[in-house]
Amino acid sequence: MQVLTPLFHVFVFPGFLFLIAFGLFASWVDRKLIAKMQNRVGPPLMQPFADLIKLLAKEDIVPESADRSMFAIAPLVAFAGVIASAIYVPMWSFQAANSFAGDLIVVLYLLTLPAFALFLGGWYSANPFATIGATRVLSQLFGYEVPFFLACLGPALVAGSWSISDITFQQVDGGWLIAAAPLSFAVAMIALIGKLERVPFDIPQAKQEIVTGPEVEYTGRRLALWKLTFLTETIVGSALIAALFLGGPHFWGIPFDAMPVWLAGLVGMIVLGVKILLIVFFLSLTQAAMARIRIDQMVPWCLLWLGIPALVNLGIIMFTMSRVGA
Amino acid sequence: MAKLSFPIGPQHPALKEPENLRFTVDGELVVDADIRIGYVHRSIERSCSERNYVQDLYLCERVCGICSNAHTLAFCQAVEAIVGVEIPERAQWIRMLMHEFERIHSHMLWLGVAGHEIGFETLFMYVWRDREVIQDILETVSGNRGHYAMTMLGGVRYDITDEMVGKIREGLQFLRDRAEHYADIATSEQTFLQRTANVGAVSGERCVELGACGPVLRASGVGYDVRRAFPYLQYDKVEFPIRTSELCDVLGRTLVRVREVIDACDICFQCLDMMPEGDVNMRFPRKVPEGEAVVRIEAQRGELIYYVRSNGTDVPERVKIRTPTLANLPVSLEMVKGGQIADIPIAFASIDPCFSCTDRMVELDDVNSGDSRTMTWSELVKLGRRA
Repeated sequence: MQVLTPLFHVFVFPGFLFLIAFGLFASWVDRKLIAKMQNRVGPPLMQPFADLIKLLAKEDIVPESADRSMFAIAPLVAFAGVIASAIYVPMWSFQAANSFAGDLIVVLYLLTLPAFALFLGGWYSANPFATIGATRVLSQLFGYEVPFFLACLGPALVAGSWSISDITFQQVDGGWLIAAAPLSFAVAMIALIGKLERVPFDIPQAKQEIVTGPEVEYTGRRLALWKLTFLTETIVGSALIAALFLGGPHFWGIPFDAMPVWLAGLVGMIVLGVKILLIVFFLSLTQAAMARIRIDQMVPWCLLWLGIPALVNLGIIMFTMSRVGA
Repeated sequence: MAKLSFPIGPQHPALKEPENLRFTVDGELVVDADIRIGYVHRSIERSCSERNYVQDLYLCERVCGICSNAHTLAFCQAVEAIVGVEIPERAQWIRMLMHEFERIHSHMLWLGVAGHEIGFETLFMYVWRDREVIQDILETVSGNRGHYAMTMLGGVRYDITDEMVGKIREGLQFLRDRAEHYADIATSEQTFLQRTANVGAVSGERCVELGACGPVLRASGVGYDVRRAFPYLQYDKVEFPIRTSELCDVLGRTLVRVREVIDACDICFQCLDMMPEGDVNMRFPRKVPEGEAVVRIEAQRGELIYYVRSNGTDVPERVKIRTPTLANLPVSLEMVKGGQIADIPIAFASIDPCFSCTDRMVELDDVNSGDSRTMTWSELVKLGRRA
């Protein structure tokens, strides 16, 4: 059992299987919501699953002039990064599957991996569209990643801990950290759009301009891996924001202590699932309400309107803490 | 980063029609652009001079799927000018109605495509949903949603009955309100403004120099509209403003088109009010006397020119079509040069291009030696494959 538990966490819950299942469900919710907002019918429940199966069954082509090993490794690294990060994010109780003193930094790093892998995969595809898309991935990274890090720093400062599980647990008594860091929360939400490459920041993919950019040469299984990477990153990213700002599985009036462990886990999962779906709703809303902006507009805008508010919120937190401490 | 040169097309997921664009980019900046058309040459002009006038009507209708009525209108006006007949007045008003209906449908289609090109899918979905109203009106009047086959030599095929008028008025009022709403969105939605303002800017002088026409020309501040400059049908009897914009960019072209939808609705209301009773068509001779005529009309994309020469038989000797897209292509290249890669799709789309309408082949005889050349099928195939 001792050996099996970590394997279970990696491959079944909250890792591989759960993330894929919930990711597909969230993707259906997302597509259905956008469809409703756009006055369309939208796909049936199993459509994302069917799309995945279709991709898995399709022919896998590697361009002749592409770097074969980089092309093949990139999506694997990206997907592995997201799955690994899920282990340190609380998914059912206030304690993640695994945690240590600095896991917030590791999760932020692991969630950056898909962008770098996407850049490398696109760059080594040897396709002009993929090349342009790959450079856009990197340019965009500078726009959202710095504000996202700064935003996640806010709750960590308030809680005085670099462990996500710690930060989440402190919110049971101390209240949700969105109250202490509202600007950081807003910044993290908008930066998440950039991280997931969704409208208005779907600039690296931009199907009308560069035909999905770095992914253009990917087919079959490998394309499915890219799709899965972004599906699961949506879940992990949302769960991270929920854990840092919205108390993770916490909700007032739910007596987790009085429940048996399995029930507490189930209820916690449902509460957190609802919070994740609310964040997905926000993502769908922005997707439906906006046009894609340009890369030269995106980076300065992000640094100005995300970077500065995140810094201001950090300043307020540090000032208040120094006053309270003294 | 070194300069990168890459082709888009003739086969490319972002293109709706086969054409070949070649861009040189420096990072995200477009340094140079070139276009090669001719991939959807259907030899319509040649086919026209091998069929009789009534058959040509069907052929001309199919030059374009979106401005099909404009093509038959121009063709009929030209042939009627050669014969020298005046068609019944009611038919002229109904032709005008169809002309404006088509303008509404085409401009709304364009607005949806523009939304799509800048990644604003919701605008696309909403506009195309509302466009169904004008499609229903067109179907009520002609029986068809596209290729209306409404215009015929000597008039129009169907009359507009009193029952139709109520439905038409109701639909037009709805469309007018929606168009005002979209004009509002275009001037207030931030991401839309960011993607259209100062994008693909071309000055009015440059537009005139390169021979642009239609909404592209008007959006650069030049108030030229064939309906006003050379009135045909009954356009001198209705009131409508010529919409211009001093913005010279994609936003200006959007606003001009959206406001033209509003104007088109108003013109339709006037048509319905002023239409006299009477016949809608007349007997038209099978054989057309010798002569030639040039007709220009303001199609929704710009000035459409038809030249027809007859030789006294029931088959025209020559039909020459100049579509507005051809006139707007040079200026479209100006729009993308010096801009961003991200602006290429919307800048090109802003001329409302239709490449299959435009494709013609011209082989000039040598004036000095008088030599003419005949191309074989295999030569044509070879020419078509050169990319």
